[in-house]
Amino acid sequence: MNSNGGSVRRIHTTLSVALAGLAVAAVSLVAHAGDPASAASQAAQKPCGTVTVAAAADLMGAMKEIATNFEKAARCTVRVSTGSSGNFLSQIENGAPFDLFFSADIEYPRKLESEGLAASGSTYLYAVGKIVLWVRNDSRLDISKGLAALRDPSIQKVSIANPQHAPYGRAAEEALRKAGIYDVIKDRLVLGENISQAAQFVESGNADAGILALSLGLSPGLKEKGHYWRIPENLYTPIQQGVVVMRASQNPQGAQAFLEYIKTPATAALLERYGFALPARVKP
Amino acid sequence: MNWQAIALSLKLAVSVAGILLVAGLPIAYWVTFSRWRWKFLIEAVVALPLVLPPTVLGYYILVGLGPRTFPGKLWQSWFGHTLPFTFGGLLIASVLYSLPFAVQPFSAGFETVDRRLIEASWTLGASRLGTFFRVILPLSAAGAVTGTVLSFAHTIGEFGVVLMVGGNIPGVTRTVSIDIYDQVQAANYGAANRTALVLLLFSFLVLSVIYGTNRRAQSLWRKQ
Repeated sequence: MNSNGGSVRRIHTTLSVALAGLAVAAVSLVAHAGDPASAASQAAQKPCGTVTVAAAADLMGAMKEIATNFEKAARCTVRVSTGSSGNFLSQIENGAPFDLFFSADIEYPRKLESEGLAASGSTYLYAVGKIVLWVRNDSRLDISKGLAALRDPSIQKVSIANPQHAPYGRAAEEALRKAGIYDVIKDRLVLGENISQAAQFVESGNADAGILALSLGLSPGLKEKGHYWRIPENLYTPIQQGVVVMRASQNPQGAQAFLEYIKTPATAALLERYGFALPARVKP
Repeated sequence: MNWQAIALSLKLAVSVAGILLVAGLPIAYWVTFSRWRWKFLIEAVVALPLVLPPTVLGYYILVGLGPRTFPGKLWQSWFGHTLPFTFGGLLIASVLYSLPFAVQPFSAGFETVDRRLIEASWTLGASRLGTFFRVILPLSAAGAVTGTVLSFAHTIGEFGVVLMVGGNIPGVTRTVSIDIYDQVQAANYGAANRTALVLLLFSFLVLSVIYGTNRRAQSLWRKQ
């Protein structure tokens, strides 16, 4: 009796869970059916195929635009994954199938080249990143004083990217140390897994302030929600960002075409609009 | 080897297992013995964390309970801070996330108890609480142990929610799974390897001990 009752109950639970799952699956199928950007239908029309790009999280806004422009110009499909440069490095070292890797730290592409995983000599310094102190518009913090504003005792959390593996986190920590503020706030630091998670922490209001990439501060998602103060460049080592073509690329021509497109004045202007300094004006 | 992260994970897992033992038993009791017709809705809610990705829970804690929402503001006015980036936040998230891992084995254990023994205990004048502690719980000890250990083990293995709402603060929210992730991202494969191996052996050991003693407990029970 008892065990029967139990299994009926369990079937009830299983059924209700399964039904809920089916309903969700059905809804998403319907939603996808009308999706014009279905990858399969597009790839058939594109002569240069699909280029798969791993991009550092600070490129989140910029890469979307660059990819769209390139898709129009070269009639390629671009698939972009954004995330932490360190994570991509590990994934690529372990066989991730990317054609191009836009790192926030040029040392990672160089490392891949020396390991024989990237096409030798293909590393290109595409931009130099800047960092800013960023707060939401409803913040009471006056950041016009700069990093010293972080001395405010009412601040509970300051978000930066993880200095252990994120280039922007390293720059943030270095700037805080040079400004003599690191020891004051080190117990109040929260670490984003990458720079866009650090941005999310402060954008959602869970952190009071954040040290973010200028490119994110200028990106559509954050631009209207907050304001920033540029951290003087003498406080941190320039964030040299490099791109490299992978040797295992399934689409070397497409990858090369995309790399060439990055070097065009149009892309350079776009990157500059996102707050990156251009390599032509900076010595590598 | 990051002993601080290991200690933090143990502290979190022990706390979660303890809380779920206290809170999970009454829930499981109700789920098992209630005759309410809409009970399956509660059962589905309890089972939700089995289905939902951790990102959903992480999202609700980070944004839904963030300082810009009403519940978040309420929480902030009571405790002075929001849930993310605190040990308390991780604890609440982990308790929710491990709920089915405790309640379902508890409930399965209760279901194995012969209903006649429970009714006999009641007719002999024992209270419901007395019957629970002196008849039901001893006869379903295996389920209670399994549920507690599974919630402990599941918390040790938790990653997604912690990554989303933890903020990676050493000694507060940098658990051992996050530490391994960081080591892999920083390409410190040696350190990642050592910690991963310790975790692997530890988890295997804990589960072996539990399943071993559980089997003995069950066979002892059958002999009686």
